[in-house]
Amino acid sequence: MPVPFSQAADSYDVIVIGSGLGGMTSANRLAYCGHKVLLLEYHHKLGGLATWFKRRGHIFDVSLHGFPYGMVKTCKKYWNKAIMHSIVQLKKIVFDNPQFSLETTFDRQDFTSILHNHFHIPQATIDTFFATVAAMNFYDDQSMTTRELFEQFFPGRSDVHRLLMEPITYANGSTLDDPAITYGIVFSNFMNRGVFTFEGGTDKLIGLMSDELEKNGVTICTRSKVERIIVEKGRVRGVEVNGRTIEAKAVVSNSGITNTIDNLTDHRAFSEEFLEKAAAIRVNNSSCQVYIGIKEQETIPDIGDLLFTSTAPEFDSQELLDQHTKSKTFSLYYPKTRPGHDRYTIVASMNSRFEDWTRLSEEHYNQEKELLIARTLIDLDRYLPGIQKKIDWVEAATPRTFNHYTLHTCGTSFGTKFEGLDISRSIFKEVGGLFHVGSVGIIMSGWLGAINYGVIVSNDVDGYLRNLNG
Amino acid sequence: MTREEIKALILEIIEDIDEEADFATLQPDQPLRDQLDLDSMDFLDIVMELRKRHQLQIPEEDYPHLASLNSCVNYLEPLLKNA
Repeated sequence: MPVPFSQAADSYDVIVIGSGLGGMTSANRLAYCGHKVLLLEYHHKLGGLATWFKRRGHIFDVSLHGFPYGMVKTCKKYWNKAIMHSIVQLKKIVFDNPQFSLETTFDRQDFTSILHNHFHIPQATIDTFFATVAAMNFYDDQSMTTRELFEQFFPGRSDVHRLLMEPITYANGSTLDDPAITYGIVFSNFMNRGVFTFEGGTDKLIGLMSDELEKNGVTICTRSKVERIIVEKGRVRGVEVNGRTIEAKAVVSNSGITNTIDNLTDHRAFSEEFLEKAAAIRVNNSSCQVYIGIKEQETIPDIGDLLFTSTAPEFDSQELLDQHTKSKTFSLYYPKTRPGHDRYTIVASMNSRFEDWTRLSEEHYNQEKELLIARTLIDLDRYLPGIQKKIDWVEAATPRTFNHYTLHTCGTSFGTKFEGLDISRSIFKEVGGLFHVGSVGIIMSGWLGAINYGVIVSNDVDGYLRNLNG
Repeated sequence: MTREEIKALILEIIEDIDEEADFATLQPDQPLRDQLDLDSMDFLDIVMELRKRHQLQIPEEDYPHLASLNSCVNYLEPLLKNA
């Protein structure tokens, strides 16, 4: 449980700014390594974008849509077995668009069969494609784009490109023009065993993580917004938070790489060259969501766990980002999601551009939100006829909402494009003791990417602290 | 630490990472990664455990020395001679 900020001590080994999955994991690992850790979160809840909210008896999950099987091993090693044992498979993944409609378990075996039987791709091509993406590493050459990768294996097959790309665009915000490795690494992770979720919902997961942090001795303070990272003589000295200075030998910022450099740290702490590279970081796109609550006592049939739907004739990365996109994902939460909490909720997710929503007047903004909800319910009615009568709650979130709750630059829901990774990995070479963890480089995003990156960064921090202590 | 003790230490750390790891047929001169289904995160765990238990700092450029059981022992032997 978080403690009142007044109970925080004046000095720690490490201060972690922000409690996204990356920040929480770094805090947990560093406590495990024996360091005295303070975790500061500006919001009243932990989790960052791994969050949920309650309305009229409904619990809505914001980013629990499905992660790869690798999460099982990661949770076992870096959290605990209770967390690991709550991971369950989502077996019914549905695609529906003008080019094809199909159901899949979204793993290599099933995808191989679909590519062969439905799309008539030769077996040898399929095998070589899978072998190629499985062999991709983040340090590989990144000059090839995902578009080029697809054209190499499936030239002119826009239907196959759609099957392969659409889910990954929703998973990490990547487009056909991003480096092929950002596609290949994430796609291979999913293809390993399929799509998994957390039984009990985001609230249970974050609750279990919070308990584990407490057990390992991490001090947690919520409603504590860090105003500034204090740097002296090229090294961090601590942070300023709620009008107080708290000292630390190392600071791990989970507040977004652009926020960390531009809003939390004095630019004079960095070299010209580093700032130039940091200024070129492109943040990834944001999202729109529509949260739909089904009345108590009402039920809906099983139409699938995750529905990738579109009425656009072909897949187009720009179309998916359009304010009025015809493409959206429906995540369905049946009572099995939260055993004992006998309710159904549906979350529609779309990728979206921050500027499309910030340029609107307040009146126009509210109108667009209403239209977004209306379009979503029309689309949902195709799969659940008459759904409107079963609903007792509906509301929408836009990039402005994401920005408000997470403070992410431009409300990004997938961190940064590829170049952010290098800046995140090298910030401690600029300022001694300053580290960054969070969604960067596309590959270090999503729940699994964020947690694993939290571990990678905690290794750097632990190494730094042990060097200091000689 | 003797070579045998270092070998036991590495295997103990790997067992903590994966309790189902099967050492019966492990070839000490072949890559651990292929034989035990270890990924790059697992190697990072080995690095962190060695630091935690023996205050060893293994720089990233030395990670390739951890590839096989034999190469681990060769690399760690001088570093752990007084441990």
